[in-house]
Amino acid sequence: MAEVLVLVDHHDGVVRKVTAELLTAAARLGTPAAVVVGKPGTVESLAAELGALGAAIVYAAESDDAAGFLITPQVAGLAAAAAAATPAAILVPATVDGREISGRLAVRLNSGLLADAVDVESIDGEVVATQSVFGGEYTVRYRVTTGVPIISIRPNAVEAAPTAASPQVVPVQITIDPAISATVIADHPEPIGDRPELGAASVVVSGGRGVGSADNFHVVEELADSLGGAVGASRAAVDSGYYPPQFQVGQTGTTVSPQVYIALGISGAIQHRAGMQTSKTIIAVNKDSEAPIFEIADFGVVGDLFTVAPLLTGAVKARKS
Amino acid sequence: MDIAVLIKQVPDTYSERKLREQDWTLDRDAADAVLDEIDSRGVETALQLTEAKGGEVTVVTMGPDRATETLRKALAMGAHKAVHVLDDGLAGSDALQTSAALAAAIRTLSVDLVIAGNESTDGRTGSVPSMLAERLGLPQVTSVRTLEIDGTTLRAERVHDGGYSEVTASLPAVVSVIEKINEPRYPNFKGIMAAKKKPVSTLGIGDLGLDPSTTGLANAASQVLDGAARPPRTAGEKVADDGSGGTKVAEFLAAARLI
Ligand SMILES: Cc1cc2nc3c(=O)[nH]c(=O)nc-3n(C[C@H](O)[C@H](O)[C@H](O)COP(=O)(O)OP(=O)(O)OC[C@H]3O[C@@H](n4cnc5c(N)ncnc54)[C@H](O)[C@@H]3O)c2cc1C
Repeated sequence: MAEVLVLVDHHDGVVRKVTAELLTAAARLGTPAAVVVGKPGTVESLAAELGALGAAIVYAAESDDAAGFLITPQVAGLAAAAAAATPAAILVPATVDGREISGRLAVRLNSGLLADAVDVESIDGEVVATQSVFGGEYTVRYRVTTGVPIISIRPNAVEAAPTAASPQVVPVQITIDPAISATVIADHPEPIGDRPELGAASVVVSGGRGVGSADNFHVVEELADSLGGAVGASRAAVDSGYYPPQFQVGQTGTTVSPQVYIALGISGAIQHRAGMQTSKTIIAVNKDSEAPIFEIADFGVVGDLFTVAPLLTGAVKARKS
Repeated sequence: MDIAVLIKQVPDTYSERKLREQDWTLDRDAADAVLDEIDSRGVETALQLTEAKGGEVTVVTMGPDRATETLRKALAMGAHKAVHVLDDGLAGSDALQTSAALAAAIRTLSVDLVIAGNESTDGRTGSVPSMLAERLGLPQVTSVRTLEIDGTTLRAERVHDGGYSEVTASLPAVVSVIEKINEPRYPNFKGIMAAKKKPVSTLGIGDLGLDPSTTGLANAASQVLDGAARPPRTAGEKVADDGSGGTKVAEFLAAARLI
């Protein structure tokens, strides 16, 4: 079976969850082969973990330059592994970095790119990717007709189900051209809080402009915490400074598809809906009975969120105890 | 410093956007066409830089005839001139082909900086800026929320999935901006009148030196297999809060075994 290359998303010695999802997707298409780009010594510490996640081969693209430059080290690593493996497909996470890596790589390998796929499958030996278009209004399946299919896969779209392997480590040489590379001076990682990740959470409670201030957002947080959920926000809430940008749900924020989505003080503008309308169950609380969010809500309360949400939080806690 | 800004006409996100069921490509008639909001922020970024440092802003678009409306809007905001990549042979291009045509168009200009939006609201591939950087042999500084230029050095805060980084590159470079970078100005009456007289040049496949056997839908590197529309969502129960709304939501969730 042909190899399927997976770009390993790692940071400070930790393999990110999306890598497991990509290796599971790769196993459907061929032999999963992980590509690690990092400083010398990185692969030694990650190989066993990648094997447990299903990698049969680990390409080690190690270089002292790998950490200081943006995007181009990963492009070089994948291009080198592709030259060695003649893969059936190359999978990268559809993160900010992954999308840019895949863009450059597609040009370098003159290959078709399918971006932000939510599923991949092999049909008659051909790689087919599914995309979710216009916030889930449509699903469209695509195939690549030129070169090696390069596919970026949305985090949390494929459930990781690894079959452990004992990987063979294959070193590949990379050279990074500083003339085409931006340099990273400093990285400022977001502190990881106690709540589940927005894109992966089974419950999301979001607040909109109706929350009124940053101080009031604790009402949203307390409901989220009672349900073990993540906190989201509308763009209006983010732009008003009520909640940080990384929590924005919608067209230009994160796309979520939880079991339960609770919208507090959110009107339900089409761009907000684009990021949450595929949620299994939608609950809306809004003062305005005409708010468009009610058109897609499975259960709606016309009322003040500052009365409804705390009462709900209390009721959820009471049921738990 | 001279700057090229890539802009795109897209279906208005405020209207109902559709795909055509016969080939699952964009139904351009279903929705109003507008300048993608993120691109107006790209234009704003470029205008602020040239207002501070001098130089000209050239807006570049690829699209059908009516995409000139988008160029005029950017000119009305204050851009100096425009390039319209226009050729029937380019219809149905994928990201790889689009980046080839745009790279060829940018090579006809002599600019210190190329600015694009991080991702369009219709394609959402988010990969054209990096494809362009690869084709032009330039560094890319993408997804930025701040941008400063000092001589031939660019500094930016780049937002990624796990936080943000401080990044530098030397010019020329390709930059993409995110929606938090600025609030774009509205064109005023004077700007709209002035835009009518600003130069718009049109470039086709021949002018760009592209090989016609590589362009358009028939030669795209990816192809649609099939598609499906999602069944519309319907409204469920709606109650007016009489003081027990919160309890009712809890009962609804419990009945559905969600809590
Ligand atoms: C290109 C583009 C991309 C966009 N991307 C996004 C995106 O990713 N995410 C996004 O969310 N938006 C996005 N938007 C913006 C979108 O159009 C709306 O402006 C935004 O979603 C409105 O947020 P909101 O519902 O919080 O605010 P509003 O529309 O102002 O609604 C506030 C609601 O709160 C209700 N309310 C007020 N007080 C209370 C109270 N005490 N109790 C209960 N209800 C109350 C009001 O009745 C009202 O319905 C985008 C727009 C564009 C053009």
